[in-house]
Amino acid sequence: MENREKLLEIKNLKQYFNIGQPNEVRAIDGISFDIFKGETLGLVGESGCGKSTTGRTIIRLYDATDGEVLYKGENVHGKKNKKDLKKFNRSMQMIFQDPYASLNPRMKVSDVIAEGIDIHGLAKSKQERMEMVYNLLETVGLNREHANRYPHEFSGGQRQRIGIARALAVQPEFIIADEPISALDVSIQAQVVNLMKKLQREKGLTYLFIAHDLSMVKYISDRIGVMYFGKLVELAPAEDLYKNPLHPYTQSLLSAIPLPDPESERTRRRKTYDPNVHLYADGEEAKMREVTPGHFVYCSEKELKQYQQQYVK
Amino acid sequence: MENILEVKDLNISFHTFAGEVQAIRGVNFELKKGETLAIVGESGSGKSVTTKAIMRLLPPGNSEIKQGQILFDGKDLSKLTDRQMQKIRGKDISMIFQDPMTSLNPTMTVGKQIMEPLIKHQNMSKAAASERALQLLKLVGIPKPELRIKQYPHQFSGGMRQRVVIAIALACNPKILIADEPTTALDVTIQAQILELMKDLQNKIDTSIIFITHDLGVVANVADRVAVMYGGKIVEVGTVDEVFYNPQHPYTWGLISSMPSLDAKEEELYAIPGTPPNLLHPPKGDAFAPRNEYAMQIDLEEQPPMFKVSDTHYAATWLLHPDAPKVEPPAAVKSRMRKFMGAK
Repeated sequence: MENREKLLEIKNLKQYFNIGQPNEVRAIDGISFDIFKGETLGLVGESGCGKSTTGRTIIRLYDATDGEVLYKGENVHGKKNKKDLKKFNRSMQMIFQDPYASLNPRMKVSDVIAEGIDIHGLAKSKQERMEMVYNLLETVGLNREHANRYPHEFSGGQRQRIGIARALAVQPEFIIADEPISALDVSIQAQVVNLMKKLQREKGLTYLFIAHDLSMVKYISDRIGVMYFGKLVELAPAEDLYKNPLHPYTQSLLSAIPLPDPESERTRRRKTYDPNVHLYADGEEAKMREVTPGHFVYCSEKELKQYQQQYVK
Repeated sequence: MENILEVKDLNISFHTFAGEVQAIRGVNFELKKGETLAIVGESGSGKSVTTKAIMRLLPPGNSEIKQGQILFDGKDLSKLTDRQMQKIRGKDISMIFQDPMTSLNPTMTVGKQIMEPLIKHQNMSKAAASERALQLLKLVGIPKPELRIKQYPHQFSGGMRQRVVIAIALACNPKILIADEPTTALDVTIQAQILELMKDLQNKIDTSIIFITHDLGVVANVADRVAVMYGGKIVEVGTVDEVFYNPQHPYTWGLISSMPSLDAKEEELYAIPGTPPNLLHPPKGDAFAPRNEYAMQIDLEEQPPMFKVSDTHYAATWLLHPDAPKVEPPAAVKSRMRKFMGAK
C-alpha cells in the first residue's frame, strides 16, 4: 500500500460558500486524503455533508477556499495557461448523477460523446471521429446505430452509459463519479457498476465514487471515506470499514442500512450518533489519526487509544 | 384475517400520441387488516399507477380503467363519483408521497395543512382541530410542536417534512395508508427513523399499509407480505419470508442476486440483462421472457397464470408448471433457499 503511486493528494481542502456573510456555509472544512493510482475510493455521507462538493472542487468546478489538490504533484487550482488547463481537463473527467439533466437534449449522441474529442483535437478526420464514437459506444455496451439519436430516445441506464462514454472519450486517467447509479433502477444499477469495474480493469482507471448507497459503495470501492458536516471522519479499506467501524458516526450510518434479509432486519439495532459524545477538552486536538495501518479516524489522542482497544483483528 | 381492500383483474391504459400504453394488465391482490403489503418493481412496472388508481388520482384526460374492480368496504372505488371519492380520500384511505419537498403547500403553515382534513372530514371546530394537530405533531416526533405548528414547510428539513406529511395522512385515522416511496428521497439515517415511526404508528392505530418501494432492504424491514410487479402485472406474491428465502419467479431471482451483500465480496454483480418491456406494445407471452435466461418456448407464446406455491405464496412463471424442467436458481438465491429450509 505504502509504495503505491499517489495520483491525487488532497491537503487540508476547504470550500466555503458565502464567505463573510451571515449564511456562510463551510461545505468542506479541512479534509486531507490521497487517492492511489488504479484504486476506487468511495466517499459516503448524508446529503449536505460535502461529498459532492469535494468531487466538484477536485475537478476545479469550484475554486477552493483554502488547501490544495495535487494531481501527480501539480496543484490543480494554481494559475494555469490554456494549454496546461486543457491537458488537465483531459486527464480528469466526471460522470454526473442525473442522466436526464447531464446530456444536452439538443445534441445528437455522437456529438455529445465527441465534444471532448473535438475540443482536444483527438481525431484527424471526420471518419476517424465517428470511428472513435462507435468504439466508445460499443465499449459501454451500446451499438453504433445509437450514435445518430437524441438523448430523449434512451432509458436512464442507457443515458448513464452515454455519460460514461463521454467521460471516456478523452482517455482520462481519473474519473469522478458523483452518484452515478442513484437515479437508476435496481436491475440497471448492477449493469452500470459492472461496466465501471470492467473499464477500470481494462484501462487502469482511478475512480472517486461518491454515493449514499453504502452496499454498492462497498462493492465497488477499495477504500472508503465517510464524511460528516464537511469533515472526513473515517477512512479505511472497504472491508475493514464494515468490519471495524470505529467512529460513532460511521457506526450509526452502517447500522441504519436496511438489508434485504427479513431475518436480520428483525434483530437489527440502530445506533444513533450524538456529536456531543466527543466533548474535547481544552488543548485536545482532534484530527485524522491512524488507528491501524491504513485505517484513519478523526479523533483526539485519548479517543485513539480507546479505538485501538476496540479494534477487532 | 379479513380483507380490507380487494383489487380484482385491474386493467389500466393510458392514451398517448404514440398509442395505447397498457400500464396495468390484470392485477389482483388483497390487503388484510393491519398488515403491511410491499409492492416492489422497477420504474414503469405499474406500482405507482396501481395505487393512484386506488386513490383515483390518475389524470382524468388520458387514463382509463379498462376493466376490473377495486373493492373497499363493499364499494367499488373505480365506479364512485368524484364527490363520493372525496369523502373517502384523506379519511379512509390516505397517501404519503415520495417527495416531501413538493407534497406540502409552501404558502400554508403546516398546522393549517394538518387541520384541513380534520375540519373537512370530521367537522371539527378550528380550536379542536388545532388541538388535534398539535397531538399529531407530537405523535410523529416533531420537537417543540407548539412552535412548529405555526411554521411553513420551508422551515423544516426533509425528514421533518416527511413527518408532517405522515401527520396529515394519519389525521383521520385512515383504514388504509398508501406510502409511495416515502423514504426514497431521504438519507439512510432519516429513512431508518421514518420507517420506525411508521411501524410504531401502525401498531398504535392498526392501519393497513401499502408500501411502494424499489429498495429490497426497506421491504425486508417493513413488509408482512410482498408483491413483485413487472410489466404491469404482479409476477410473485407471498409473505416476506417466502419471497426473500424461497423466491420462485426468475425476475425475483434477478432482483435478489443483483443486490450486493454487505458481508460477502462478490467478483461480479449479477445484472439482469436488457431493459424493461415497452408497454405500448406489450409482448404476447411473459413480459420478462426476453431478459430471462430460464425462458422456455412457451414463455414467448403464452402468459403464465399464477401458480400456487403455498396458501400464501403465488408466482406467475411457467417454471412452476408440473411439466416444466427443473432449473437451478442462481447461487445467491440458492443460499437463501437453504436458509428457508433450515428454518422450517
